[in-house]
Amino acid sequence: MPDLEKLREAVIQGNWKAAAAVTQAAIDEGVAPLTVVNCLIPAMDEVGRLFECEEYFVPEMLLSARAMKASMELIRPLLAAAGTEPVGRVVIGTVKGDLHDIGKNLVASMLEGGGFEVIDLGADVAPERFIEAVTTRKANLVALSALLTVTMPSMKTTIDALQAAGVREKVKVMVGGAPVNEQYATSIGADGYSESAGGAVALARKLVAA
Amino acid sequence: MIYAELAIPEVSRLVFGRAPKPVACGFGLTIGAGQVYPEVNFTLPAITIDGVNWNQVLTHYEEMARNIVKRAVSLRVPGIVLEFELLPAMTSTPQWGAEITALLHRHLSEAHEKHGLACALRVTPTDIRDQSKPPRLRSGEAVEQLKRSFELCIQAGADIMSIESVGGKEIHDAGLMYGDVRSLAFALGVLAPRDMAWLWGEITRMCSGSKAVAGGDTACGFANTAMQLAHQKMLPEVLAAVVRSMSAVRSLVAFEQGAVGPSKDCAYEGPVIKALTGCPISMEGKSAACAHFSPVGNIAAAMCDLWSNESVQNVRLLSGNAPEVFTEVLAYDCRLMNAAAASGGALALQRWLIDSDEHLSPQAAVLSPRATIRIATAIAKADSHYHATVNAGLAAVGLLRESVDAGTLNLNRKEAVWLDRIDSDLQALPGNEGSLVNEMRDLHAGVFDPASYAL
Repeated sequence: MPDLEKLREAVIQGNWKAAAAVTQAAIDEGVAPLTVVNCLIPAMDEVGRLFECEEYFVPEMLLSARAMKASMELIRPLLAAAGTEPVGRVVIGTVKGDLHDIGKNLVASMLEGGGFEVIDLGADVAPERFIEAVTTRKANLVALSALLTVTMPSMKTTIDALQAAGVREKVKVMVGGAPVNEQYATSIGADGYSESAGGAVALARKLVAA
Repeated sequence: MIYAELAIPEVSRLVFGRAPKPVACGFGLTIGAGQVYPEVNFTLPAITIDGVNWNQVLTHYEEMARNIVKRAVSLRVPGIVLEFELLPAMTSTPQWGAEITALLHRHLSEAHEKHGLACALRVTPTDIRDQSKPPRLRSGEAVEQLKRSFELCIQAGADIMSIESVGGKEIHDAGLMYGDVRSLAFALGVLAPRDMAWLWGEITRMCSGSKAVAGGDTACGFANTAMQLAHQKMLPEVLAAVVRSMSAVRSLVAFEQGAVGPSKDCAYEGPVIKALTGCPISMEGKSAACAHFSPVGNIAAAMCDLWSNESVQNVRLLSGNAPEVFTEVLAYDCRLMNAAAASGGALALQRWLIDSDEHLSPQAAVLSPRATIRIATAIAKADSHYHATVNAGLAAVGLLRESVDAGTLNLNRKEAVWLDRIDSDLQALPGNEGSLVNEMRDLHAGVFDPASYAL
C-alpha cells in the first residue's frame, strides 16, 4: 500500500516528481482517486498555512502547487470517469483595460491547488468573455482582478454585464487587486473580496458552499 | 558593451544634484548641473477613460497642472519637471495622449513666461506591446500605436521622452514567481537588452531633430515588481535586491542607443546608470509613498538629480488636491538637498540618507554609492549584456554576504537560505549565452516570441 504520507510530504516540499511517482503507485495499487484527493487538499492547505505565517514565500507555494498538479493530472481522468465534480469551477481574469496578471496568476494557482477547476481567461478580459466562459463551462464562481484605479470600474461593468446576460444568479463573484477593498467590493455588487492569494482560496470555498 | 569604464569611478563624486553630463531641456532647465529638482508625477482618480467622459479627463489634467504650477511658483522652486505617464487607453489612442501633452506644455510655457519658472515636461507612453500572448514586440498594431504615440507627443511639446518597457517581462514574471534564477538571467541578460536595443534605437531616432530628449527607461516591470512582491512577503528581499542589481544592465542599453537622461523616476537602478554613463537620473523614495511603500525611502535620494513622487491621484486631501500637496513635499525635500550642497554639506547629508536605510534591508544595501560603484564595475568588466547581468547579480550577492559577515546587515533564516540558493544558481549559469538560450527556448516555448528578440 503506497504511503500517502509521502505524497503529502512531496506536495509540501514542492517535489513534483515524487508526487507523481507516489500517485502513480497509488493508482496502480487501486487506491480510490478520492482518497488521493483527500490527501492532496489538506497538504495544500498546510502549504497555504505556511505561506500565511510567512514560513513559505510564493516560489515554495507554487512549487507545491506544481506537485499537486502533477498528481491531479494522473487522478483527474479517474475522477471524471467516476463522475466526481471539482470543489468548484472558477472563471478568473484581469478585467478589461488592465494588463497586470501576476496576482491573478497566483490566485489561479492557489485555487487549482485548492481543488478548483480553473478557467483562466488571462488579462484585459472583456465582460463578454466572462459571460461566455460562465455559460459554456458551467462555472459557479467568477474571480475578477484589477491593479489600476482606472480599471477598477471594469469590475462593476463586468458584474453588470453578468446581470444583463441573466447569469449573475448562477455564480458568485469575488474580486481582488491592490486598489480594491471590501467597501468597494460591496459597492459594486461583488459577493466577496480577498486581500491575499491565500485568503482567496478560503473565500472561494465559502462562496461555493453558500 | 559600450561602457567599459565608469564615468564616475569615485564614491565621493557620486552625489545628488551633479552629473558629468547635465541635460538641458524644456524651458530653461538643466538637470544635473548642481541642483536637485522635483519631478511631480500625477494621474487620474478612478475614472473610465473613453470618448464619452473625455472632457472630464481633460478637466482633471487642467486642474492638476494649474495646482502644481501654483505651488511650485509659491514655493519659488528653482526648477521643476512634470511627468505625464500615459494610461494604456491614451497610448492606444495616440491623439488622446498628445492632447494632454499639449495641455501640460501650455501650462509650463505660460509658467515660464509669466513667472520665469524653469521647467520641463516628461512624457511616458505605456508599453502596450505585451497585449498579445506571446508579446509581439517589433511589429503589429500595438507597436504602430506606440510609435505614433511617441511621434504625436513629441510634436505636442514633450521635452523628455521615456517608457517603462517590458521586453522580457513575460519570462521574468514566471522567473520571479518560481524563484528561478536561470529564467531571470535569461529575461534580464538576453531578452530585455535585445528589446531595449531595438526599442531605444527607434525612440532616439524619433527624438532626433526635435526638441525632445530621449530620457531613459526603467526596470520597473522587473525589479519594482520584485520589490513590491517582497514587500508583500511573497518573495525574499534578497531576491529583490539581486534582481535590482541585475536589472541595471537592460536599463543601461537605452544609453548605449543614445538616451541622455534623466532616466525614469522608478528606475532604482539609476545610480548604476549614472556611475557608468555620467548622465543624470531621476529617483523616488519616501515621497513616493503615495504610490507604493519601499525599504529605500531615504537612500534612494543619495544620488538623484530629479526627485519624484512616482504617481499620485487627483484626489482632495485636507490641505489641497494631492498633486499640489506632493509638489510641496518634493519641493521641500529638494530645498534641503540644495541647501546642503550650497553650503558644502552634500556628502554629509548623503551620509545620513545612506546610514538611515543601508543596514535595515538588503534592497537598501545594494543602493549605497559604494555598492553602486562595485556593481557598475562588475558590469563594465563584462563582454556582453548576458555576462554583465550575471556579474551584477554575483556582485550583489557578494556585497550582501560581506555585510552579513560584518554584522552590518541582519538576515533571518529564510532570507539566508535564499541568498545561498541565489548564489549557487548564479554560479551554475552557463558561460555560453547560446546554451542558456537553447535551454530557455524549450522551457518557455510559446511564452515568448523569439522573432521579437531577433533570436
